Amino acid sequence: MEKSLNWREFIITRLIKASGYSAILFVALIFIFLVREGVPTFVEVDFKSLTNIRWYPIEDYFGILPLITGSLIVTIGATLVAVPFGIGTAVYISEIAPRWMREVLKPLVELLGGLPSVVLGFLGILVISPYVRVFLDLPTGLTALTGSLLLGGIAVPTVVSVAEDALDAVPRAYREGAWALGATRWQTIWRVTLPAAKSGVLTGVMLGIGRAIGETMTVMMVTGNAPVLALKLGSLFSPVRTMTATIAAEMGEVANGSTHYHVLFFIGMVLFLISLGVNVAASSMVFRAKKRAERILS
Amino acid sequence: MKRALALNRHLVQRIGFTGITLMAVFTVIPIVAVVIYILVQGGPAISGEFITGFPHDGMRAGGILPAIVGTLYLTLGTAVFSVPLGIAAAIYLSEYAADTPLTRTIRIAIINLAGIPSVVYGLFGLGLFVLFLKFGTSILAASLTLSIMTLPVIISTAEESLRSVPQGFRTVSISLGATRWQTIRRIVLKEALPGIITGVILGLERAAGETAPILFTGAAFFLPRLPHSPFDATMALPYHLFVISTQVPEMPIKIQYGTALVLLVFVLTMNLVATAIRSRARAKRQW
Repeated sequence: MEKSLNWREFIITRLIKASGYSAILFVALIFIFLVREGVPTFVEVDFKSLTNIRWYPIEDYFGILPLITGSLIVTIGATLVAVPFGIGTAVYISEIAPRWMREVLKPLVELLGGLPSVVLGFLGILVISPYVRVFLDLPTGLTALTGSLLLGGIAVPTVVSVAEDALDAVPRAYREGAWALGATRWQTIWRVTLPAAKSGVLTGVMLGIGRAIGETMTVMMVTGNAPVLALKLGSLFSPVRTMTATIAAEMGEVANGSTHYHVLFFIGMVLFLISLGVNVAASSMVFRAKKRAERILS
Repeated sequence: MKRALALNRHLVQRIGFTGITLMAVFTVIPIVAVVIYILVQGGPAISGEFITGFPHDGMRAGGILPAIVGTLYLTLGTAVFSVPLGIAAAIYLSEYAADTPLTRTIRIAIINLAGIPSVVYGLFGLGLFVLFLKFGTSILAASLTLSIMTLPVIISTAEESLRSVPQGFRTVSISLGATRWQTIRRIVLKEALPGIITGVILGLERAAGETAPILFTGAAFFLPRLPHSPFDATMALPYHLFVISTQVPEMPIKIQYGTALVLLVFVLTMNLVATAIRSRARAKRQW
């Protein structure tokens, strides 16, 4: 009896440990498979062609610059939307709203995070893009701007939840100290609470940007899918094509093992590395902030 | 002078508060508007035939049963893999792992899994499950891909919930002669259960609404019948909505909104259930 219990416990403990390590295994597997299918690109396409400004795979033009600039412009636009609204909402929820309002707002923002991106893309096509076209008097409403607006909305919940946590974690004594010195609530928020939560808020912004770069279905549906180099501000009002949308739109039609197939995996590899960079930077920022807080408080 | 300044401060505060409040309002209104708009526009499309019928006339008429059933299969398939694995990993992180470099690596890996773009998961699933392991474009391959994607959500919420169980519960149980695993299974898991279920549902909600990871791993454009085995491809609500709103010309708008509504209800129900479980557990908690 005693013995069998020990055995079971031993096996279960091993299984639990193995599951714990599985996250590392999966990240490694994802990277290995992206590299395995993506690296042949360097053999099949010369570097000059890869950094060209033409993406036209049917005629073997694999310039990924238009796709990178497309992703960039849409992401920058989304950031401009998500940062003020995300941080504003976080400040409102954490510092200004009465308690009942918080209880309503938090689940609502979470709900936005849970809306399928395909539903937002669908509404983008039918509702938002006609407005964009008419208001700005453009030939088409499927532009980088339309994508930016929707992506901004998609990134907002990430910014709000991380930034709100950070604001919540600022010790109450900080605020009380400021009030005692005669600061208004607004001055306290602006000069004490927000600076104290700076690293957490920045982490939220970075994770939001990460979310925006990686978003696929919405941008594929509403940005018009034209792989054109987007360098000027005016590009915001014309169709573009992002890296994610390119993979999603073209992977279904390529022959496995073809050059086009390898280039698409290569783009996936680039996206993986970008998200890796964003996340490592964001988590190291939190880690450093924690260290600093420990130093100050000890 | 001082008075003017003081007045000024309060004016600034009022302007600031109004601005921030407006921002929150402008963030929330579109969310509510999206839900209401789809309910209103999609409502008329819902009928018995729409829910239980097969699409016909090039998907321009009939129902969306195969897409509904497909999404159910994919969600369940995802649960089969991600729930045990995710909870076990959370138990490891909360109950066993010491703060070592290895544990920190695991945490960084989980954060990274959460940040990887969904379409990259699709590529990975295509490379590993569909081609390398030769599962083909199938429910199995899509579910496996989706379950790796949902793991970080499940792990982090479950871990948080396990950690919130007071240390005293464990100490008492162990001091009464229970083994570590008995303590975890009978005491810690039991107390943390509502939080874990919330995390699981939120993770599966993401899986149910995702399109990009299943594009090349298991989604079918159109199927005249329901899938028979895990090795069959399947239609799915999000992919179906994508198809009928971008790929099929002259698609009746009513069916598009109806499909969006069914998907939204599917996902929102999961969201509401998760939120309800969490708030009930919080209200009932005695520690």
